[in-house]
Amino acid sequence: MLGNKHPLPHRSSIPLFSPFVSILEVKNLSKSYRQAGGQMTAAIGNISCKVEPGEFISFVGPSGCGKTTLLMTIAGLLAPSSGSVIVKGKQVDGPPPNLVLLFQEYNKSLFAWRSVLGNVRFGLEARGDRSAGAAQKADALIEMVGLKGFEKHYPWELSGGMQQRVAIARALAYEPEVLLMDEPFGSLDALTRLELEDSLLKLWAQLKTTILFITHDIEEAIYLSDRIWVLSRRPSAIMQELDIPFRRPRDQVATRADAQFMELRNRIYRQISNQSSP
Amino acid sequence: MNRLEKFNWPGWLVFGLLLLLWELSARGTPKLQLYFPPVSQIFGALVQALQSGPLLSHFAVTLMRFCAGYLLSALLAVSAGVVFGHFRSIHHVFATAIEFLRPMPSVAIIPVAILLLGIGDSMIVTVTIYATIWPILINTIDGVRHIDATLVHTGQTFGLSHRQILWQIIVPAAAPYIVTGLRIGLSIALILVTTAEMIIGSKGLGFFILDEERAMNSANMYAGIIFVAVLGYLLNRVFLTVEARALRWRHGMTARDAA
Repeated sequence: MLGNKHPLPHRSSIPLFSPFVSILEVKNLSKSYRQAGGQMTAAIGNISCKVEPGEFISFVGPSGCGKTTLLMTIAGLLAPSSGSVIVKGKQVDGPPPNLVLLFQEYNKSLFAWRSVLGNVRFGLEARGDRSAGAAQKADALIEMVGLKGFEKHYPWELSGGMQQRVAIARALAYEPEVLLMDEPFGSLDALTRLELEDSLLKLWAQLKTTILFITHDIEEAIYLSDRIWVLSRRPSAIMQELDIPFRRPRDQVATRADAQFMELRNRIYRQISNQSSP
Repeated sequence: MNRLEKFNWPGWLVFGLLLLLWELSARGTPKLQLYFPPVSQIFGALVQALQSGPLLSHFAVTLMRFCAGYLLSALLAVSAGVVFGHFRSIHHVFATAIEFLRPMPSVAIIPVAILLLGIGDSMIVTVTIYATIWPILINTIDGVRHIDATLVHTGQTFGLSHRQILWQIIVPAAAPYIVTGLRIGLSIALILVTTAEMIIGSKGLGFFILDEERAMNSANMYAGIIFVAVLGYLLNRVFLTVEARALRWRHGMTARDAA
């Protein structure tokens, strides 16, 4: 389809000397902060990693391993103690314009004073889109996350799962190239969680957004991701990188029933649980 | 949720019975009628005072002073409260002064205001502003401080500037607190206007009440009091209606939070 009209290079045809720019690169990142008592705590040890455009990558790690600190630092909401975060070749020194962070606490992150439509439109307004087409884009997003008919509802009128759907639609309305997700389904019940995992995968396939996902749920990470980085206890470091081979679209029953799925799960579980306590 | 729409029959019945009790006990003690006239007589005086004019012109003066004082103090207190709540260092500098001035009974500054501003409208409005500022200021500061950090982080990750976060996130999120302050301020402003009018006025409902008392027209005095009471009641109704519209998004939230 690209043919001769689009003489754009395929990945293989990029000259070797051309710097291949990852969409997101973390270089020797570490983060310590002072505790109430005045003691310094190291949350992130030394993390380096690269994310390519369109990938779905998960960080998995035990609770309290500094996952949230890591994501906040990548999102430019916290300054690193050393090292750097580079988004599309630009070093991050504040929230980058092409990246958005989605929080676990949808009930604290949604704007209670805006309706579902108002919240989604915020994502468009935030990047300066107040055009006539903005209304249609918002409607389309609401339909994509399965909330058609709830446009005029306020967040408190919705269930937790629906609220997180609103937060996802709002984040996507911003049209970020990178979407960071901090345990987004962590406080939802198990069934809603599976439902939202599939919704997210569908949206991701449609919109080609790069997703960096954090979870302590090993199976969730395997089910969703192309690659997984297993984090150690704090100060967190990447202990292992795993490629997840299952073809897409994935299926909650078939994919999870795969023998390799269990094998991966057990391997990651052992790795996380075998660490000696600090 | 239906607080505004539903007519409170038992409430009005009790209120009516209290008036009836007043009427009967006043009629039962004719010797006291100079100080304690029956309600029917008071309403007669009220109708007459309204028809012959003075009460309405006093009312207009009081309402104007009230509106000027209340609206200006709301404007000042909400802006200052947002700044103090958001910038802790600025609040820190003023905190001692606020904590010293706030608990002082506001009427204590009336003599100062008379000395500096004379006995005109500007003095009454100034005193009203001074007294009304505190509840609005304190509630606004509280509201801004109680905002969850996640909300501010959300604004940041969507690339909002500091100013945009202030207006698009912090102010609406603090609105329920601000509105509480504004509602408390409403009654305080009315108290201060009538009190100041009693002390220095030659116009206004406060002046009317005291003037009629001095003239021993107790029915007229009570008529003035009832008029002020009705005014306070109506202002509160107007406020609740506006609040219900402005904070429509909040209905049911408290019930749900408690569950």
